[in-house]
Amino acid sequence: MSQILGLYNYWIVILLMMAGFYNVIARGNLIKKLIGLNIFQTSVFLLYISMGKVEGGTAPIVAEGMATYSNPLPHVLILTAIVVGIATTSVGLSLVIRIREAYDTIEEDEIQQLDEGP
Amino acid sequence: MSNFISDISLQINLVDIVLLTILIVVAVAVIRVRDLFEAVVLLGIFSLLSACIFTTLDAVDVAFTEAAVGAGISTVLFLATLTLTAREEKAQYSHSWSGFIVCTLTGGALIYGTLDMPHFGDPDAPIHQHVAPRYIVESPEEIGVPNMVTSVLASYRGYDTLGETTVIFTAGLTVLLLLRRDRRSHNRIASPPTAETTDRRGSHVMHHAMVLRVMSKLFIPLILLFALYVQFHGDFGPGGGFQAGVIFAAAFVLYALIYGVEAAQRVAPPARVQVFVALGLLLYIGTGLASLFAGGNFLEYKVLAHEASHGEHIGILFIELGVGITVAAVIINTFFYFAGRGRA
Repeated sequence: MSQILGLYNYWIVILLMMAGFYNVIARGNLIKKLIGLNIFQTSVFLLYISMGKVEGGTAPIVAEGMATYSNPLPHVLILTAIVVGIATTSVGLSLVIRIREAYDTIEEDEIQQLDEGP
Repeated sequence: MSNFISDISLQINLVDIVLLTILIVVAVAVIRVRDLFEAVVLLGIFSLLSACIFTTLDAVDVAFTEAAVGAGISTVLFLATLTLTAREEKAQYSHSWSGFIVCTLTGGALIYGTLDMPHFGDPDAPIHQHVAPRYIVESPEEIGVPNMVTSVLASYRGYDTLGETTVIFTAGLTVLLLLRRDRRSHNRIASPPTAETTDRRGSHVMHHAMVLRVMSKLFIPLILLFALYVQFHGDFGPGGGFQAGVIFAAAFVLYALIYGVEAAQRVAPPARVQVFVALGLLLYIGTGLASLFAGGNFLEYKVLAHEASHGEHIGILFIELGVGITVAAVIINTFFYFAGRGRA
């Protein structure tokens, strides 16, 4: 039981990661792929933040009467990763927009057909 | 007393487990729906849920960022893309067995890998033994800033944050290059809109949504004020340049959504916003150079003033401001390009 409770967070992270991964490889729609990448990314965030948690700790901001703090380092890494994530997602989305303008579709197989020619 | 504390931690564990389970349900729903609009809205819910989980895991700064970015800006950008592309996913994709098998195998291997990991919340885990104790014990004295996340982000790992700000700058630049109209077809975005087209289009946008128009006018100043508070109070509470930049940009996005992009571009002309994209990063690098010329290393703030902790305060203030300016400008600019693309 303690094994399950102790590792539950990590297992959820893996489930989410695989859900996102499946969305990226199995779906042909480019926006759906980007949504999958976003889920994958959030699972990595959760992994880091779960590892930084200390039992009985509090948020890493100095407060009176508090001695245990959670690890601030993963928080720093993930905070910046989230904002970098939205910036790179917007690059992905603008590529999708350009692909749509050039091919008039955002489905992977149709794009491939058009590339191979009639 | 100790019984009470273990009760509380059990409750937090329970909250955590319930939220994580809902998160999985939402993720599965995102994968299953065919309508992309529904998928995007569910993704927003997914982000908000994960922000709640970050809060229960003590990562308040991260939760703040995720709520502003994931549930706010990211949803708006996805929806803007949907209006430019297609709303429905093609129906013919069926379940992919090969993909499912690959995911199951990878997931199985990863779960096997977790079996000898230190348990959740274990204070003796290796991650808490290396540099973290130093940050927790010494940073309040050494940097003089109560929020350890801020002192690690802006001071100890200032190089790292400079790199990340550069990535955001580069991404903003890439969007600009990808979605810019070429000069032959007349650069519509860069040219200031004339008053009459604006009025025609602006009145078209949300003319009848009286409640939205009035409420947004009330809220936008508050959002901007809150962004400034988050920016300058980030040393003492959750917040900092990244969050403040996103919130500041959100005010402009809200204005553009309700009054039309042209009206927003009159308030913040794209050419000027683009200057700020670079200005923030330059402010960051300039702070680093200032400490270099003051006799320290690059980004070693303590030489910036007579007293070391005073210098750290000044350094952190300037680089957080630089981060905030670049992030806000990149997001406003990206939104303008996404929204302006459909009007050709």
